[in-house]
Amino acid sequence: MLTTSAFVAFIQAYTNRLDELQPLLDQLDNQIGDGDHGTNMTRGFHAANERLTSTPTDDLGALSQTVAMTLLSSVGGASGPLYATVFLRFSAQWKGQSQVDAKEITEAIVQARDGLVVRGKAHVGEKTMIDVWSPAAQTLQENPTVSGLLKAATVAAEAAVGTRELVAGKGRAAYLGERSRGTCDPGSVSSAVFFEEFANVIVGGVEKTPWPTLVS
Amino acid sequence: MANISLLIVSHSRDLGAGLVTLLGQLAGPEVDLRHAAGLGDNIGTDATFIMKQLAHCPHDNEILIFFDLGSALMNTQMALELVDEDVQTRAHIVDAPLVEGAIAAAVSARAGMPVEQIIQHAREAKWMEKIPKEA
Repeated sequence: MLTTSAFVAFIQAYTNRLDELQPLLDQLDNQIGDGDHGTNMTRGFHAANERLTSTPTDDLGALSQTVAMTLLSSVGGASGPLYATVFLRFSAQWKGQSQVDAKEITEAIVQARDGLVVRGKAHVGEKTMIDVWSPAAQTLQENPTVSGLLKAATVAAEAAVGTRELVAGKGRAAYLGERSRGTCDPGSVSSAVFFEEFANVIVGGVEKTPWPTLVS
Repeated sequence: MANISLLIVSHSRDLGAGLVTLLGQLAGPEVDLRHAAGLGDNIGTDATFIMKQLAHCPHDNEILIFFDLGSALMNTQMALELVDEDVQTRAHIVDAPLVEGAIAAAVSARAGMPVEQIIQHAREAKWMEKIPKEA
């Protein structure tokens, strides 16, 4: 069950993780992109976090909308419209509700995945966040329960690590061709952390993936 | 003849503002010029800034949007989804080089060409030879 206070706690927890992982995300992006994924995400989610604490509401849709619009005006790179799309889809799905169950969470995650495909025009295997969102959403669809959420977090982490072997087909990294192989996609790592913190807020007890030792 | 707005979307505020100044020399006062460039003082694009500028374009203008690269396009598409349908129908994202395309559009707009032709000229700037062949 996701309540509004759990949603706010999730944004807070995700922001804290981004703070920890900012150097790693920048480093990954530096190897295959423009080096600012960690900086951009941290800036965006700090802004979202502040906005949420200053405008309390009991509507999950309104909260998601606030996060989306804040990310749009504060991230700057492609991750801005992409993560904003995720929260806009959440917003459409959860409009007017103060709490949602695992089924409604699943539906929102699936909608977010579809939104990302449309926005990024990427397919699975092109070394983008779709490589994480797609298997995670599918895992939840097959098992739309809290244990499915835990499983989705595990699947997301494995998928993010798996992007290391992929050749980039989208974004700045695509210019590198074969040379993009060997580095994990930073947007996939930030997405896996998203699922990890999301599952942790709802279910609890999720072990934090040691990203710096795993992907750097 | 439709009135024309040119909207420059760039990661750099200096680049956007500078291009608008340059276009102002070429387009004359009848073409509406504006930019949504930069993320405050940082490098980046901002869909909410693009939305604001779209809303500020005169209400019967056709709006031609020029962008520099990558997420500038994604943020422009995002902004267009979030504005009124009336604005959506008047806005055109132009697949053209930012500087040369916008200049071609400014000159064509000043000459009073229809919007389709202005877009065509801007797109053709992709293949423009900038160094004339020696005779």
